[in-house]
Amino acid sequence: MINLSNYCVRIICVLSLLLLGAEASAKTLRVCKSCAYTSVKQAVQQAGAGDTVLVAGGLYQESGIEITKPLTLIGQNNPVIDGNFTGQLITITADNVTIQGFTLQNVATSYRQDDAAIRARQRSNIRILNNTILNTYFGVYLQYSSNIEITGNVVKGENKGRTESSLGNAIHLYHTDDVEINGNDVQGHRDGIYLEVVKNSKVHENMSHQNMRYGLHFMFSDGNTYTHNTFRQNGAGVAVMYTQNVRMEHNTFDDNWGAASYGLLLKEIRDSKIFNNTFRRNTTGIYMESSSRLDIKNNDFDRNGWAIKLMTTCYADTFRLNNFTGNSFDVSTNGNSRQNYFENNYWEKYTGYDLNKDQVGDVPYRPVSLYSMLVEKVPPAVMMMRSFMVDLLDSMEKVLPSIIPDQLIDEYPLMKKIDHDKDRKFVQVLREATGAQ
Amino acid sequence: MSKIIKYVLYDIVRSKIVIAYTLFLLLLSVGLFNLGGSPDKGLLSLLNLVLLTVPLISIVFGTTHFYNSYEFIELLVAQPINRTKILMSEYLGVALSLSAAFLIGVGVPVLLFNASATGLYLVLTGVFITFIFVAMAFLASVITRDKAKGIGIALLLWFYFALIYDGIVLFILYTFGDYPLEYATLVLTALNPIDLGRIVVLLNLDVSALMGYTGALYKSIFGSGWGVMLSFGLLLLWVLLPVLGSRRIFSKRDL
Repeated sequence: MINLSNYCVRIICVLSLLLLGAEASAKTLRVCKSCAYTSVKQAVQQAGAGDTVLVAGGLYQESGIEITKPLTLIGQNNPVIDGNFTGQLITITADNVTIQGFTLQNVATSYRQDDAAIRARQRSNIRILNNTILNTYFGVYLQYSSNIEITGNVVKGENKGRTESSLGNAIHLYHTDDVEINGNDVQGHRDGIYLEVVKNSKVHENMSHQNMRYGLHFMFSDGNTYTHNTFRQNGAGVAVMYTQNVRMEHNTFDDNWGAASYGLLLKEIRDSKIFNNTFRRNTTGIYMESSSRLDIKNNDFDRNGWAIKLMTTCYADTFRLNNFTGNSFDVSTNGNSRQNYFENNYWEKYTGYDLNKDQVGDVPYRPVSLYSMLVEKVPPAVMMMRSFMVDLLDSMEKVLPSIIPDQLIDEYPLMKKIDHDKDRKFVQVLREATGAQ
Repeated sequence: MSKIIKYVLYDIVRSKIVIAYTLFLLLLSVGLFNLGGSPDKGLLSLLNLVLLTVPLISIVFGTTHFYNSYEFIELLVAQPINRTKILMSEYLGVALSLSAAFLIGVGVPVLLFNASATGLYLVLTGVFITFIFVAMAFLASVITRDKAKGIGIALLLWFYFALIYDGIVLFILYTFGDYPLEYATLVLTALNPIDLGRIVVLLNLDVSALMGYTGALYKSIFGSGWGVMLSFGLLLLWVLLPVLGSRRIFSKRDL
């Protein structure tokens, strides 16, 4: 009986949707210089719920387009909507809206309203596809919404000679659930992707670079996955805070190089997995503070200043099967560590032997050097870097450890560099190909 | 004076040690650049080498040369030649020949593999360090007539500047870690030519980002054109002090 009534409800739903769909497909409004509608705003006002607005290529100088009903806005041949710094471009106040194929440009910095190219509040089912957003305060700004798809957009700001506080974020989401952010290229803003209280979302294959502050910044955003993203040359790298159950896999953190930069900054992150990422040429690969029960596995740390800075407030973190090559310091800490496990990592600086040929070194490796402890305690000591005395002290401490924390130790270091899953290179090649266009 | 320098140079070249030194440097620098992967890494390894071996060889060679040519010096003193002139030409002869060896052994590979401002600083630092440690060698040799003692003093000087000094600095930094030590470290590094050279080169490599606040402070001081000039000025001072000291002792002392 229950099954039957359920069935009926479903049929009614489908029928009503079909009706809606039929109505929607009935009307398509065209916008071009010689059409009935010459401005996007006009067409959007005249359109009924479920209509499609087709905008032909050309320059449309307008702002304050308000979408108050379910609409599909499609740009053909890359129409440009230029706000001329007169305010927000598109404001969405309805569910089920798609915006596709536009170039949106020129939104002025506005501290009071936080003007964006595309803005929505308390809406669901919004799709923002393949747009180019240039020179705006905020790029895409969504609040209290759900079921969002942001795919294939290019958001490019101009941050030369501007301060952090006068810049907005490229993609800014607040209190929004079930978001998919795929294949976007964000640059030149304050934060590339900013997520605050965003749950159950997926961030894939984005390229975030040359942002003033963070490439990716999230807080209180539980249960999200981040895969195959590239974060390159951002002012301070990637910062993630106060979050649990996060998966970060196959991401690349490159060239976040500066006195206060990090590849990945973890603060109060719990029960999360960081797998198969590459940290290359960052001042600090991973900086960890108050983070616990993290599983850090199969990552490559290559040519960083510090591969890992592990503060004593972290506990029960596991580091397994990572490669540490060419880093100035492998691991540094500011005191004795509590229950953090290092096992089966490859350390380039390891000088032990392997008598039984099982690829596991017979002598434990201590990744924390005496000098790195000293630098952590007395920062000016960094000026003694590469002094012969420092090398001497480090080797002495390695032979007879007395000062470096006795618990930070890899009992079973690997003899050979780990070749992480082969297909990653393939994926990287793919990403380079898509990122290049 | 130029005539004496010519004789000194001729004598040094004939002994073949300088040629061996040149080849040694050449081999090491080409090897390091080929091994290091990136030119910057090669430069870093080369820096360590320059800061350790160049002072040692300069000071040991300078002292032994001085004692070996003692008879020649005595002969010259018997002639109507100013003592200052004799010492200075001996000094310039040794320093110039070792610098030439360094320029060929390290300068040419740097020019070939990493011709940048940083490479230039490294070569300049090496030349200055050669001049400084030959000057110290002469200071050690004019203090005492005894060859063994002289070489002992020279080695001790090298040991002090290359190793002990950094240990003392680390100890001071560790002991007074609670105080702001940025400027103190700055002064302390200026008191050792090897540290000074190391920091000038390091700050111009992008390793400087590792150095946090202290590094930023140093970079704002040493990173600019004026700063580089200041640090090389300090190195020049390090050449002049032992040279003038040994000249003073040599012109007064009973041979």
